[in-house]
Amino acid sequence: MMSDENKLSHQFEITGGDFSNGGRTSTSIKEILQEIGIDHSVIVRAAIASYEAEMNVVMYAHRGVLTLNITPEKLHFKLEDEGPGIENVDLAMEKGFSTATEEMREMGFGAGMGLPNIKKNADKFEISSIPGKGTSLEITICLDKTEKK
Amino acid sequence: MPQKTKMTLKEIKELLQAEVISGIDCLDMEIKFAGGSDLMSDVLAFGKPGILLLTGLSNAQSVRTANIIDAKAIVYVRGKKPDKTGIELAREKRIPLLLTKYMMYTACGLLFSHGLPGVSGLSPKKR
Repeated sequence: MMSDENKLSHQFEITGGDFSNGGRTSTSIKEILQEIGIDHSVIVRAAIASYEAEMNVVMYAHRGVLTLNITPEKLHFKLEDEGPGIENVDLAMEKGFSTATEEMREMGFGAGMGLPNIKKNADKFEISSIPGKGTSLEITICLDKTEKK
Repeated sequence: MPQKTKMTLKEIKELLQAEVISGIDCLDMEIKFAGGSDLMSDVLAFGKPGILLLTGLSNAQSVRTANIIDAKAIVYVRGKKPDKTGIELAREKRIPLLLTKYMMYTACGLLFSHGLPGVSGLSPKKR
């Protein structure tokens, strides 16, 4: 954890294929947000978005790094993974589209809801991907009530 | 048939003839609505804080998902026993776990027909 006067920063490493630990990072993030007294409804949105993003790394990538920056104005998540990337980002954003394997579905994931659900819970969501290299996500959730969803 | 819009976990336990895996001290907890799914993707998309989650997914992801969305408790259907990691996390997060032998449809139907609404708020009274 790093911090200065107006910013807290946490970084988490996520291992691809590690289904048994999938979700631990987001559980920790939720605890951090609870500890610093973030509004309850914001915590749920942030936890859902980070959990979906984390599980995408567990399911599809080799590894990923999730950085959470907290300022008085916003929560900002940046997730960069190394992996196969996404061939068609527009298609991946469609509800119900999924390339999940049977193992992923047995874990309760892979319904093609992940990326649309991240977008739904974020105030700002950006995704870029290079096939064969990896995917980068940026999720912003505003804490300033005037900008809140 | 009694028509209520909320139930205690104790009433739910009796109605579903359920075993309490963890949270025996939480049976007074009030439940206002429920939802059932084996797909955590759907639970994350449609679940709401305070939900009673009915699921047949017995791995730790069920408890992690419940914790993420602030579910009140989990009922495992079809006699599916949660794994050790899930039980430990549930104890840590104080999420009661119940286990019923009823299938998903029957378990949900029993709760709904006794007045416990779904996530959307639809209840037998309002039909």
